[in-house]
Amino acid sequence: MIRPLPGWAATLAIIGALFMGVPVVALLLRVPWLDVPRLLVSPAATDALALSLRTCLASTLLSLLLGLPLALALSRLRGRWKTVGRVLATVPMVLPPVVAGLALLVTFGRRGLIGQVLSVGGIEIGFTTIAVVISQTFVAMPFLVVAVEGALRSVDGEAELMAATLGASPTRVLWQVTLPALGPAIGSGASLAAARALGEFGATVTFAGSLQGTTRTLPLEIYLQREVDTDTSLALAAVLIGLAALLVLGTGVLGRVRTSR
Amino acid sequence: MRRVLGLVVGLLIGLASTGCSSPASSERTVRVFAAASLTKVFTELGGQFEKSHPGVRVVFNFDGSSGLVDQLKGGAKADVFASADEKNMTNTVNASLTSGQQVIFASNVLTLVTAPGNPKKITGLNSTLTGTKLVICDVAVPCGSATTALAAKLGITLDPKSKESKVTDVLGKVTSGEADAGIVYATDARGAGAKVEAVAIPGADQVVNRYPISVLAGAPQPQLAADFVQLVTAQAGKDVLGAAGFGLP
Repeated sequence: MIRPLPGWAATLAIIGALFMGVPVVALLLRVPWLDVPRLLVSPAATDALALSLRTCLASTLLSLLLGLPLALALSRLRGRWKTVGRVLATVPMVLPPVVAGLALLVTFGRRGLIGQVLSVGGIEIGFTTIAVVISQTFVAMPFLVVAVEGALRSVDGEAELMAATLGASPTRVLWQVTLPALGPAIGSGASLAAARALGEFGATVTFAGSLQGTTRTLPLEIYLQREVDTDTSLALAAVLIGLAALLVLGTGVLGRVRTSR
Repeated sequence: MRRVLGLVVGLLIGLASTGCSSPASSERTVRVFAAASLTKVFTELGGQFEKSHPGVRVVFNFDGSSGLVDQLKGGAKADVFASADEKNMTNTVNASLTSGQQVIFASNVLTLVTAPGNPKKITGLNSTLTGTKLVICDVAVPCGSATTALAAKLGITLDPKSKESKVTDVLGKVTSGEADAGIVYATDARGAGAKVEAVAIPGADQVVNRYPISVLAGAPQPQLAADFVQLVTAQAGKDVLGAAGFGLP
């Protein structure tokens, strides 16, 4: 049964949908579709696309590897520490992108807090693909942490306790009780993180630099092409929007399959 | 509920409109569109202009030259346009957006910048760059096409670690210590002060970037516009431009 919305809420909802949807549609209308295949086969475009896909995959996996345990740990914190932890985990989400880049620079840069130690050992992160992955993970991981931590609040603690009482080790409880219940949240959190990583611009340009095939991802190539050829930047933008839409759609389907099983 | 909605809408309109209150009608305004690299010198010259023209306000729009041309083509109202290169001024002239003659009022050359003290002992676009981390502008933007042209004239192939889309990003990579050297305009190096050391490139004068200025067609204040161009090209303008590191015609 459909629950009716009050008229004023429905009106605002329609305005909200138009506000978000019309700019994307307007952008897609401006894309020179007939020229898109030609514009996309240039080495600069294919390099940027390949680099974006590689780094996005790496940073999403890294976000899962570190973000998932972080969300679990956060959910077990109590009181003041929980608030502090939550704020720390979400700060990168609301930082202006350039500030995120500066923060990474003063941490991992050659003169940075950790970077100067690494530099002595001959490891320099700036201008490498690793710098791109670090930038993307820094801004994307909070989306996963927030999604999973939110879902953990509604997970039934009884089941975990029960399993533990029956002699299951903490690891076994985690794999067989906690994580299965979190499936959809992990899926949507990971897709949001991946989409955010794909669109990452400010931190990358500040921290990693811009070199074709090494650090120049799709958003950086779009920004550069805008200076010369708007058509190419629009064609690349269409690809970026398509990829992001696919990501969100794909994980949505994945989440539904898991929950229906 | 209606009252709450009305309040919210009213608040939103109030918040959004405070930024664009109209100036007092007795005041005359001259609008100057100028390349971003002119921000410091033109702001100073604008102050001088307001002092010598009581009741006149100078309003600037600083942006990349190509962005400014886009805005002018889109119908933006302005009195004066100062471009960082001749290409964008030619575009403006061809679109019949200028009035009268354009005047070259400044020039800029490329220079190397390094960390203070030049720790890598770089002397120019030569073998001293081997093994150092060099950052330049991409060929798609004006500073990058100038860099590429200069490297070609000097017969050297550059091997940069990054090709930035803005000259300020090149400078940022050097001031933060990520890069050993960068190629920027002489004025950028001067503006960065003690944070970088400028290393003049022997032969840099083979690629000179010229800055033209012109009154615009349909200028709401054509006389004030002409006066401002006059100030920029006169001795007062030359003093300020020279102090910022610009070359003079």
